[in-house]
Amino acid sequence: MTCREFIDFLMQYLGGELTEAERAQFDAHLAECPSCVSYMRTYEATIKLGKGAFCHPDEPVPSDVPKQLVEAILSARGKRV
Amino acid sequence: MERLRAGDDAAYAELLRSYGGRLLATARRILANDEDAQDAVQDAFLSAFRAIDRFDGKSKLYTWLHRIATNAALMKLRSKKRSPERPIEELLPTYLEDGHQTRSSQDWRETADVAVERQETREMVRRLIDQLPENYRTVLVLRDIEELGTEEAAQLLGVNAGVVKTRLHRARQALRTLLDPHFRGDHA
Repeated sequence: MTCREFIDFLMQYLGGELTEAERAQFDAHLAECPSCVSYMRTYEATIKLGKGAFCHPDEPVPSDVPKQLVEAILSARGKRV
Repeated sequence: MERLRAGDDAAYAELLRSYGGRLLATARRILANDEDAQDAVQDAFLSAFRAIDRFDGKSKLYTWLHRIATNAALMKLRSKKRSPERPIEELLPTYLEDGHQTRSSQDWRETADVAVERQETREMVRRLIDQLPENYRTVLVLRDIEELGTEEAAQLLGVNAGVVKTRLHRARQALRTLLDPHFRGDHA
């Protein structure tokens, strides 16, 4: 297996979508390729950072919608009903 | 629900206050623009109000509203003129003829769990996500941040599940490429 094949199918590998035989090939590649081990770790870190960038507990979660938007929506609703 | 179906104004206002903020956050993530996000949320609530009789209660009310708001934001996104984008290929890994990576990958100097604790890191990641080509950024937001399933994202985007999977993998790879210089062990 090459690095290209490993990286092309990394999402399926991490998602547990490969057969046992395919998975064994990936594991064998990882055992001999430190670069792909690093690629996999940083790919996983990327997913965590993407999620964390928006959903970290310190990020302000809007508890309510701006007052003028509430009024605009309710007013538009009134016109349409 | 009964009050909503009966057209009770106060119940509609309560619905807006309960869910509006979270739905606005979702629309902002998809549209990356506050004004457009507010328009999308307005469209979403008006659609939901008109369809309230068809809400069957099989899903949670928030899940139902989230889907309507996501759809409204995606429609808004499609209606907008796109600015020139960097081709995704420029952000994907490159390989030698023998299939090895052109440039060896390295571990990052800190874990994501540590890095994400800093506000400036989170802001940087959000800026870098905004640099992704729109078709890829949208899939990344729907799948990795809004946590929609592949099939649900595919339905909302009007593409098949295979396209969503391919775009998601490429979007993650591209974001990894953009993050790498900031986190590589040899970064000064």
